Amino acid sequence: MNAFAIETDPAPSDQTVIVERDLLLSVDNVSLAFGGVKAITDISFNIEKGEIRAIIGPNGAGKTSMLNVINGFYHPQEGTITWQGKVRRKMKPYEAASQGIARTFQNVALFTGMTTLDNIMSGRSLKMHRNFFWQLLWRGPAEREEIEHRRKVEDIIDFLEIQAIRKTPVGKLPYGLQKRVELGRALAMEPELLLLDEPMAGMNLEEKEDMSRFILDVNREFGTTIALIEHDMGVVMDLSDRVVVLDYGKKIADGPPEEVQASQDVIDAYLGVSH
Amino acid sequence: MLYDIFIDPFVQMYDMPDFFLQVLWEGFVAGILYALIALGFVLIFKASGVFNFAQGIMVVFAGLTLVGLNENGVPAYLALILTIGVMGVLAYGVERVVMRPLVNQPEIILLMATIGLTYFLIGFGEFVFGGEPKQMITEQLGLPTGSTAFEIGDRGLIILQHIDIAAAVIAILMVAALGIFFNKTRIGRALRAVADDHQAALSVGISLNQIWAIVWFAAGLVALATGIMWGARSDVSFALEIVAFKALPVLILGGFTSIPGAIVGGLIIGFGEKIGELYWGGLVGGGIESWLAYIIALIFLLFRPQGLFGERIIERI
Repeated sequence: MNAFAIETDPAPSDQTVIVERDLLLSVDNVSLAFGGVKAITDISFNIEKGEIRAIIGPNGAGKTSMLNVINGFYHPQEGTITWQGKVRRKMKPYEAASQGIARTFQNVALFTGMTTLDNIMSGRSLKMHRNFFWQLLWRGPAEREEIEHRRKVEDIIDFLEIQAIRKTPVGKLPYGLQKRVELGRALAMEPELLLLDEPMAGMNLEEKEDMSRFILDVNREFGTTIALIEHDMGVVMDLSDRVVVLDYGKKIADGPPEEVQASQDVIDAYLGVSH
Repeated sequence: MLYDIFIDPFVQMYDMPDFFLQVLWEGFVAGILYALIALGFVLIFKASGVFNFAQGIMVVFAGLTLVGLNENGVPAYLALILTIGVMGVLAYGVERVVMRPLVNQPEIILLMATIGLTYFLIGFGEFVFGGEPKQMITEQLGLPTGSTAFEIGDRGLIILQHIDIAAAVIAILMVAALGIFFNKTRIGRALRAVADDHQAALSVGISLNQIWAIVWFAAGLVALATGIMWGARSDVSFALEIVAFKALPVLILGGFTSIPGAIVGGLIIGFGEKIGELYWGGLVGGGIESWLAYIIALIFLLFRPQGLFGERIIERI
């Protein structure tokens, strides 16, 4: 993914053809507990390169915990994570970020005092290498580097259609736009894997459509693998290639959207079942 | 009595403008030095939420290292560079030994840790350089001494100490440099990011450890500048540490997270203190300088609990 310009005719994607893809990430028998509370119990699933993977489930199912395990905020007590062929028990957030895992948060976590531009620029922290002493000088190499990265960030701003709010402190923006800026910051990292925690929560229909379009474009044009948590089933069914369903920290279904939709366990989990 | 409080001081100000200007200048210089100390606190508080109790002793420690090295035969400029190095090592050490093991602990624990650091620096400083007050090496560092008198029309004259002018210039340069650093560079942006949201900063790959080491180093540099300036006006001794607590009302006034707040707060306290002492102090027998700052801060707190430039505290319910 080197250019962010939108192509006029997006490549047609045929959902019915089953594509053989390489594994990007694999989670094996992961369990996570906080004291006596088990958040995740023995979950295994994988994410293939280039797909959109949805993680769904009722509230408290362990979806966000799963995301936190993948990007290193939480360290599971058991199980392993295999990232690009390398097995590990835990990651530090810094390592996860430097190895190409970016994310957004359920409750928008932007740097509220900073402008849209600075927020997205901060996503390029890892790509900028001039050290502390060059930075102190500021002019010269550090400034040239700054300009070069600013160009990339401008491409992202164009892509997300947020040119008008470039210099606005993000704390002043409406919620829908904040979510978009947060996506921009994650995109600025040029990630291999993009984790989206409820990218459409609290949005109206129009905003949801915009966001869906951005997610699809990111996936198709830049080939970025995406794992997303979402409650809007319509969106999930439309966007995702494969869906994993969690309930009470356990995996209850995994497969293509239609298959998952038909699963009795999933229906029971969402609608409740009389015992 | 009412005349003494409300009328007489202003009459005096009008009648003796040279004296008034002199008082203003003294207030300005004191204010700038308070602002510098407060700046050290703000840097660390902003990035880590830690109230660094040791900032005052860092001022003493920096000054002492500089003078101590010079006493042992190191040329002044080399001593200055070495002292900067020492502050860097200190910053790295604090991050490694104090901050990192205590990450995610409640703020009160980190405060206690900085109190521990204070005692460590007092002990270590005394052990290496001895406890007696030392003369700041003002001249060797090329800082001006002496003073100039200015005529004010035919109304008298004011006297400006050259070292005070130098202090003001250095403080302004330092604040400007910090401003550019924070607003225009990657590390500055990362620093503001950390101040805003730790988790989000981690998720874009900003290393908290690196940022903490950098803010402690920046606070160390500010402490060194403060140490030189204060040291030049009095002596370099552990008594200076007390002066650092003048930064508390400055912080309350300016807001704990604001660099402009530290500067404006410092100036208000500096002016207020000197004017209060010289024009109203006599009414209660003098010596109000030592506590007036706290009263000024309290009055401001009544109207702006978050400080002049502090972030507005809005709790969603």
